[in-house]
Amino acid sequence: MLKNIPLSAAIGLIITGTYFLAAIFADVIAPYGMAEAVGDVWEPSSSEHWLGTDQIGRDLLTRMIYGGQTTILIATLATILSFATGSVLGFIAAVSGGWIDQIMSRLVDLFMSIPSLILALVILSSIEATVVTLVVIMGLLDSTRVYRLARAVAVDITVMDYVEAARLRGEKLQWIIFREILPNALSPLVAEMGLRFIFMVLFISTLSFLGIGVQPPLADWGGIVKENKEGINFGIGAALYPAVAIATLAISVNLIADWILNRTTSLKGGRG
Amino acid sequence: MTKPLLQVRGLKIGATVYPPGEKPHDIEIVHGVDFDVEAGKVLGLIGESGAGKSTIGLAAMAYGRGGVELTGGTVHVNGRDVLQSSVRDVRRLRGAEVTYVSQSAAASFNPAKQIMEQVIEAAVLQGKFNKTDAEQRARDLFAKLGLPDPDNIGNRYPHQVSGGQLQRCMTALALCPEPDLVVFDEPTTALDVTTQIDVLKAIKDAIRDTGVAALYITHDLAVVAQVSDHIMVLRMGEMVEYGTTDAIINHPQEDYTKALVSVRSIEHEEKQPTEPVLRVENITARYKGTNFDVLHNVSVDLSPGQTLAVVGESGSGKSTLARVITGLLPPRDGTITFAGRTLTPDQPSRSLEDLRELQMIYQMADTAMNPRQTVGTIIGRPLEFYFGLKGDEKQKRIQELLDEIELGSGFQDRYPAELSGGQKQRVCIARALAAKPKLIICDEVTSALDPLVADGILKLLLNLQKIEDVAYLFITHDLATVRAIADSIAVMYQGKVQRYGTKSEVLTPPFDDYTDLLLSSVPEMKLGWLEDVIANRKMESAGN
Repeated sequence: MLKNIPLSAAIGLIITGTYFLAAIFADVIAPYGMAEAVGDVWEPSSSEHWLGTDQIGRDLLTRMIYGGQTTILIATLATILSFATGSVLGFIAAVSGGWIDQIMSRLVDLFMSIPSLILALVILSSIEATVVTLVVIMGLLDSTRVYRLARAVAVDITVMDYVEAARLRGEKLQWIIFREILPNALSPLVAEMGLRFIFMVLFISTLSFLGIGVQPPLADWGGIVKENKEGINFGIGAALYPAVAIATLAISVNLIADWILNRTTSLKGGRG
Repeated sequence: MTKPLLQVRGLKIGATVYPPGEKPHDIEIVHGVDFDVEAGKVLGLIGESGAGKSTIGLAAMAYGRGGVELTGGTVHVNGRDVLQSSVRDVRRLRGAEVTYVSQSAAASFNPAKQIMEQVIEAAVLQGKFNKTDAEQRARDLFAKLGLPDPDNIGNRYPHQVSGGQLQRCMTALALCPEPDLVVFDEPTTALDVTTQIDVLKAIKDAIRDTGVAALYITHDLAVVAQVSDHIMVLRMGEMVEYGTTDAIINHPQEDYTKALVSVRSIEHEEKQPTEPVLRVENITARYKGTNFDVLHNVSVDLSPGQTLAVVGESGSGKSTLARVITGLLPPRDGTITFAGRTLTPDQPSRSLEDLRELQMIYQMADTAMNPRQTVGTIIGRPLEFYFGLKGDEKQKRIQELLDEIELGSGFQDRYPAELSGGQKQRVCIARALAAKPKLIICDEVTSALDPLVADGILKLLLNLQKIEDVAYLFITHDLATVRAIADSIAVMYQGKVQRYGTKSEVLTPPFDDYTDLLLSSVPEMKLGWLEDVIANRKMESAGN
């Protein structure tokens, strides 16, 4: 499957792979401890501190690696949660139709009418922000978008004769959703997944930047921007590294998503 | 001898294919075809799908559709090689010297514009006529094509006329710029038989009156026999036989042409009705949110191991009847008795036994199979679901079923996209058979297939009926199919059963007017058939 891989996808795979490996093996490759102050404030890059140090003298490369771990972990879990709930609910709405669809869709409309950042701010101001609560809140808020996509895709599929054939056979909802619809809805969902993952990275970074996301001393990319933002006034680039990391991750994940989309749509004459 | 209007020599057409898992590569779909069309003559191009007939037709306009490339040979129109012409010259050719009538007029007209505006567009744009003259010519053509109210019909929008009328408007569109050649690409295929005959007559008269030459593309030999002077039989991008219409129909030389001419050679002995397995009584049904009954008091019986053909035009309610029987559309009134049990009106409340014994085969085998499941999964699922078969036992049964539908074991791991149209329909048959049903509803199962392939499917179905003793409720608009396989027939018209009985009863005169119209409208492979039928008709078809 890795034969004939296009250049763009190869670049995407390498960069994304590097970020994920760094996140997984953070404890092994990080040169210093996460919260360890090892130098002066905002030291420039040197052989000891490749990216320099942060606003209280912690090694920035170490912070970036641990920050990537937190950011990627939360974004990944939240994306999975959002797709699991969003697509299953969307499929159920499409297959059931009628008033079930109406109630679910109007509820989702209701939630989508509230800006998700503001809703998240309200919820997080009343409960404690831990990794678990962040994942649940972000995942569920974002699942409304996935729901809409999954429902739209599935509505097209449920009118196909093969779904009708399955119904006439007497198949239960579970088979229809997971065996008849899901495989045919996968391409648009995978493409969307790449995009939503990036929105998750941005979302958690925004929350942390605003100070209600990941709490110190835990590092995450949004938090690092927040901690070092004063440095920009003095020409210190420490706040820019996380920005670069977010941007490159976003592009590379999307390169992979594009490639998967191309592959799955041409595979065995599936849906276009 | 004068040079022919259209002269095609050694025409080769290629396309790029993208098979899954392989590098894209070029294939040749037409391998050097030669033919001429003299001014004022009609050449019929006939062949199965994939024979390259539409592609060749479009090549006369120097056009390759959807990535198709004209790779070799010459196409001379009025003495000019259009394949070598500049874009500007080709543009002058299309819509002026050569025009095109497509299969689906409904999809070809812009629904937001009035018919007149579209009919005269090419003629005005090409500078053949000014607007007033073009409109006058269009009105003359409307009259010639037998359209009602020819002076005002052009002011209507496409959705305000019937399918048959729209197809005639499209013919007017093609004839309006006074072209030398018209390419008709399956112009009557999408129409009901009773409408087809009127459109066919209109096209034939218009061709005769205007003296235009035509390429008439179709898969139906009986249709082309009515309109063309010469016929060319194509198969897989190569010419099989070429000759006058009389020669091809009455004295075919090649085996393939003979097979086309003698298609529907199925022998079927009519069985007498016995205690019915399916009894439909006084069914009245309408779709949700409408106040119009699609079925009125429909009653039919079907004996075990026999075939009931339900025939009618589109909109006659025959597919709705299938939806009522399967429980997808609960009827407003009436009862359905199946294998001695009264079926509940809605499908979800039916027992597994009822669901298993009542299977369905669809018209479009493409959409009736999940493209992401292999043939093995598709056939294996009912075995697993109804009989709990697993592992070796299931494999063995799948193998038996594949043998029954005359496909080898290699098909198990294939995906639907890797099958031909006929093979797909066979797999659908196997899926229905896997449930060991007492009744299979066949909804237009052969109408999307080429005649020879359809013939194979019908033979298979009859064979399986003998072996498995399964009853078929066969929904179709094709009377030739009905003659071939039915034991009893129900003719439906506007939601009512117009005529019902055993095959010999229904097909023996005296007929009611509608049955007569329907039966006489089926094209026969006989020269001069069209004129005879039109002359002897008792009733106007609904398309008028």
